Amino acid sequence: MALRHFGAAAAVALTVGLGASPALAVTEIQWWHAMTGANNDVIVKLASDFNGAQSDYKVIPTYKGNYADTMNAGIAAFRAGNAPHIMQVFEVGTATMMAATGAVKPVYKLMAETGEKFDPKAYLPAITGYYSTSKGEMLSFPFNSSSTVMWVNLDALKKANVEIPKTWPEVFDAAKKLKAAGHATCGFSNSWVTWVNLEQLSAWHNVPLSTKANGLDGFDTVLSFNGPLQVKHLENLVELQKDKTYDYAGRTNTGEGRFTSGECPLYLTSSAFFGNVKAQAKFAFTAVPMPYYPDAKGAPQNSIIGGASLWIMGGKSADEYKGVAKFLTFLSDTDRQVYIHKSSGYLPITKAAYDKAKAEGFYKDQPYLETPLLELTNKEPTENSRGLRLGNMVQLRDVWAEEIEQALAGKKTAKQALDAAVERGNTMLRQFEKTAVK
Amino acid sequence: MQKQAIFQSKLLPYALVAPQLAIVLIFFYWPALQAMIQSFLLQDAFGLSTTFVWFENYIDLFKDPAYFEAILRTFFFSFAIAVSSLSFALLLAVMADKPLRGSMLYRTLLIWPYAVAPPVVGVLWIFMLHPSLGVLSRYLRALGVDWNPLLDGNQAATLIILAAAWKQISYNFLFFLAGLQSIPKSVIEAAAIDGARPMRRFWTVIFPLLSPTIFFLLVVNIVYAFFDTFGIIDTMTRGGPGKSTETLVYKVYTDGLLGGNLGSSAAQSVILMIMVIVLTGIQFRFVERKVTY
Repeated sequence: MALRHFGAAAAVALTVGLGASPALAVTEIQWWHAMTGANNDVIVKLASDFNGAQSDYKVIPTYKGNYADTMNAGIAAFRAGNAPHIMQVFEVGTATMMAATGAVKPVYKLMAETGEKFDPKAYLPAITGYYSTSKGEMLSFPFNSSSTVMWVNLDALKKANVEIPKTWPEVFDAAKKLKAAGHATCGFSNSWVTWVNLEQLSAWHNVPLSTKANGLDGFDTVLSFNGPLQVKHLENLVELQKDKTYDYAGRTNTGEGRFTSGECPLYLTSSAFFGNVKAQAKFAFTAVPMPYYPDAKGAPQNSIIGGASLWIMGGKSADEYKGVAKFLTFLSDTDRQVYIHKSSGYLPITKAAYDKAKAEGFYKDQPYLETPLLELTNKEPTENSRGLRLGNMVQLRDVWAEEIEQALAGKKTAKQALDAAVERGNTMLRQFEKTAVK
Repeated sequence: MQKQAIFQSKLLPYALVAPQLAIVLIFFYWPALQAMIQSFLLQDAFGLSTTFVWFENYIDLFKDPAYFEAILRTFFFSFAIAVSSLSFALLLAVMADKPLRGSMLYRTLLIWPYAVAPPVVGVLWIFMLHPSLGVLSRYLRALGVDWNPLLDGNQAATLIILAAAWKQISYNFLFFLAGLQSIPKSVIEAAAIDGARPMRRFWTVIFPLLSPTIFFLLVVNIVYAFFDTFGIIDTMTRGGPGKSTETLVYKVYTDGLLGGNLGSSAAQSVILMIMVIVLTGIQFRFVERKVTY
């Protein structure tokens, strides 16, 4: 009896399976990402809009944990011969992905081979520069980009009778006044200590972080951020840390609460902090461009981006690549970019989308959402401000942060700390160079 | 007394242990072997290019002074965590063992923290003592203490030891309580009749009878401090500031998973494995002699 039921069930399953097989003609495209909350909704909507607009391809988005988790999951899947088609990788993973020739399919090649219309000039160079070779060939597709800005507690500044500072000396002055006016534990601070105080600082002042255009021109790059400007900046921070005019807030963004709680009235971090500020801050706020040293020649230059891009994995069929290319074209659409920009707070990646958002008056009420764009497009990017491509970047940042922490704790001088950071970093870069596929 | 079980068939005993053997082989020996092989290789994260480098990964490690610092730090952390959680748990167990009103409630409450996962412990202590998020940090700073474990390595180390020991107290407590309750009351009563005061009763009667439990817990606690503190370190300090909370296990993770340096990471895990084997060997060879079962 039971056996007969089983037979019937199997027969049904078989027919259903056979019946379903024509539907498999739809090519499935796996998209692994690291977006949560409202940004996850955006991704789901993008995929379902694309799937609804045509019937040949089906994009399936899957959340794989935070950026590092997603990348590790992708790498593990690749090693098991089971990689997704599209993988969202944060900007610090760029060199690792790029070094994996054969594991990834460069976007410019994909678009050329599939015959999709593709004009690299349509995208904002400050964003695509990060993901392109020195010849301007786009390797990955920019998806969500942000930049460093200085968040300002307007109420606190007003109370202390301080103007919004534009340069670093003005920031130090303002922080001292703010400290005297009641912000005793923190005049100003920042998250992502190396991104803000080494990487962005160098680009913003048109000073190299490392040779070979910060690694964009080759993996045989040598770190050089122990120059006078970077040392002077760290010396200033060390001096101000002593009386808490500056107060170190950790390597990642866990210290951001000190701004929203009102403790630190000036705070440098990602423009993507906007959502939290808007939800939590009980004071008037804005975001202004990063400060600069007025005596540095040519400062401010342009800032570099944070965020992530979409990498196309290698070894897939021509039909699958066709679908991936169509999806990238779909994402580049101006209206769609405006939608992504408005709903996620990340930057638009095409010039047309930026112009459209501006024409719609989007920045009138929220001028601070334009700040990162103004920084990125401030000047034509140079060798020093196009982007960074250093191997083992995640761990490099930890090593640099360790040394900066030693300086701030008074165990090393600023110069000693940066020299050590450069030396240890170079060892890691040589290690990476050895394993990178030639 | 007959100690040997008698099997009719010669194959049956093998068949009975086969599943267990298979699990051990697949989940213990196979990965260990993989780690050993990997430790002789230099490979990129994607596994696209592989070079056989003999002992280069090991030699690089022993040339690195930071590695020796990490070894010393790990031993110090293990010692501090094991001693503080064991002694505190014993104190609590002795007190909870007394006939008290509502002792069941105390016992249940004391066991609770064990159910908390290490990263959650990290988050919990962050909410108390993180310089910007912590509730207690505000009071500390209001009292004039310069509390900032993000910059002060000693404070960060204290924080990790505190959190790790706190989590392990419940587990130790549970075993100590069971150990205490298994000591026959008549022995203690006899000692009391002989005129031994509570402290003397504890050190001459209870403590020696507890020694097998203490020894067992010592091994468990050291293994815990070596490996399971990873989640706490990751959520609280990520090895910082400087390198002041980077233990061996955390270094394996940062070098291998974050840095993509699988060769060095594998070499470190092999060394770690040898270390634990030696450590356990020493414990059973020498410490166990002092234990009365």
